[in-house]
Amino acid sequence: MTSTASVTAPERLVAVPVRYWGRWVSAVVVLVLVGLFLYAMTRADVNWQTTRHFFTFPTIVRGAGRTLLISVLAQALGIALGVVVAVMRSSGNPVTGAVGWFYVWFFRGTPVLLQLLVWFNLAFLFPTLSFPGLGSAKTSDVMTPFVAALLGLGINEGAYMAEIVRAGLNSVDEGQTEAAQALGMSRGLLLRRIVLPQAMRVIVPPTGNEFINMLKTSSLASIVQYGELLLAAQAIYTNNLQIMELLFSAALWYLVLTSVFSIGQFYLERRFSRGATRNLALTPLQRVRLALLRSERAR
Amino acid sequence: MSAPMVHAEKVHKSFGKVEVLKGIDLTVELGEVCCLLGPSGSGKSTFLRCINHLEKVDAGRLSVDGELVGYRQSGEKLYELKEKETSSKRAEIGMVFQRFNLFPHMTALGNIVEAPIRVKGLGKAEAAERARALLDRVGLSDKVDAYPAQLSGGQQQRVAIARALAMQPKLMLFDEPTSALDPELVGEVLDVMRGLAADGMTMLVVTHEMGFARDVGDTVVFMDGGVVVESGAPHDVINNPQQERTRAFLGKVL
Ligand SMILES: Nc1ncnc2c1ncn2[C@@H]1O[C@H](COP(=O)(O)OP(=O)(O)OP(=O)(O)O)[C@@H](O)[C@H]1O
Ligand SMILES: [Mg+2]
Repeated sequence: MTSTASVTAPERLVAVPVRYWGRWVSAVVVLVLVGLFLYAMTRADVNWQTTRHFFTFPTIVRGAGRTLLISVLAQALGIALGVVVAVMRSSGNPVTGAVGWFYVWFFRGTPVLLQLLVWFNLAFLFPTLSFPGLGSAKTSDVMTPFVAALLGLGINEGAYMAEIVRAGLNSVDEGQTEAAQALGMSRGLLLRRIVLPQAMRVIVPPTGNEFINMLKTSSLASIVQYGELLLAAQAIYTNNLQIMELLFSAALWYLVLTSVFSIGQFYLERRFSRGATRNLALTPLQRVRLALLRSERAR
Repeated sequence: MSAPMVHAEKVHKSFGKVEVLKGIDLTVELGEVCCLLGPSGSGKSTFLRCINHLEKVDAGRLSVDGELVGYRQSGEKLYELKEKETSSKRAEIGMVFQRFNLFPHMTALGNIVEAPIRVKGLGKAEAAERARALLDRVGLSDKVDAYPAQLSGGQQQRVAIARALAMQPKLMLFDEPTSALDPELVGEVLDVMRGLAADGMTMLVVTHEMGFARDVGDTVVFMDGGVVVESGAPHDVINNPQQERTRAFLGKVL
């Protein structure tokens, strides 16, 4: 009977698996190094109790909250500026193109620490600021540490985002623009509906890196007295002199924030590679499920 | 008698110093299928792109449905069209590309309804209904929710034709619509195009499919080196070419 023959499963292949000697060697090296490091830390003059205590201390927690707030807002400003400047530079209009080029040249060419100081001290340059239709105000009142930090970090970020967005726009096949034009779409519409969504695949991964960078770079805002995590730690250790303990508390918070957003980045990238790859990267949950399924089958 | 759908008189086009079109004369009447043949680099694509305002004509006159392409005439003077005017003219001309150019982040249905909704302002429900009818017409009613990457080349090209038809164009331009396809998929696309021709669509088709040109074309135009070398009824041009260059080209492709 042919039908029974086709039902029996093919014989499983049995083979000796490849041995990965390199992995064993590297594991031993790493174990030795970790041991040495732990030994050094036990002899270091650090009070871990204090680090733990200040990790949940209200001033530090509030500082971490401000770090998150300024990073999100500055990154948002950077993304918005980056998209505008990238579109300006690829528009074919020589005036907007030159403005966009100058923006990137200037803000990428000077240190962000310097830019923060310039924004914070703007009052020396322009004592009063006037907003058309809204009246005027003293610059020192407007340029609070928060505003200076936001402008300094956000505008600087815009220059980097502009390059990332531009690379994204250039990565989209020209045929896409042509097909959209042939359907009667205007430039703005085809950018928004056709080109940008496809550029996202190229834009999102480096933007995630930029944001994780921003979480750390925002510590520079301590120079303009914005009360983020590092300034909060500094404010405490100048009083109690437990410098290392507080720096470690802050470091732990930075690690928490960057870890959380690295996970977010994974899911975001996955979402935007839809339609471009057939095999999406597995989420950790899917991996666990697959492993369970495999072990069940093996039994 | 109405104006011809496409009318070209001594159309010139250069890219920098290279003159690609050197005085094209060509007419496509309403409801006619015109097949454009010619060797690679002869300027066929460039000419189609000029008709659809994707390139600007340098000299000569090119009109679609009695209206000048790219310019507006007022008295003796010509004015360049604004972006908006160009877009609305393009919306009336359908174009199908060699490499399909479907939008990969949208489903088949999404590809088709995009322009009718966003450009023409059609309601979502009505656009979707029309799109389904069009997918049915090109034989893909079961692929409504498929993404381009999940479709074969022939299926993608048929979706691309449906996408162009959704704008209810008065003229369809095809730029080698089957040359990126595996041989066994060519037929399904040509069948759709045959159906279109039978329904009276005005079509300008760049193709190397001699069978299609012979059966479906009302006229065949042979281009070489940026000029029209020979044109006429398919039977005459393909079976009995008068020019040496036409004979040489046909000898290679037939
Ligand atoms: N944007 C451009 N810039 C410069 N040269 C161009 C451009 N577009 C086309 N050309 C040149 O114009 C000539 C004609 O190109 P075109 O694509 O119109 O030929 P074609 O007849 O469609 O050829 P094929 O059968 O290979 O598609 C080619 O030599 C090409 O290199
Ligand atoms: Mg071509």
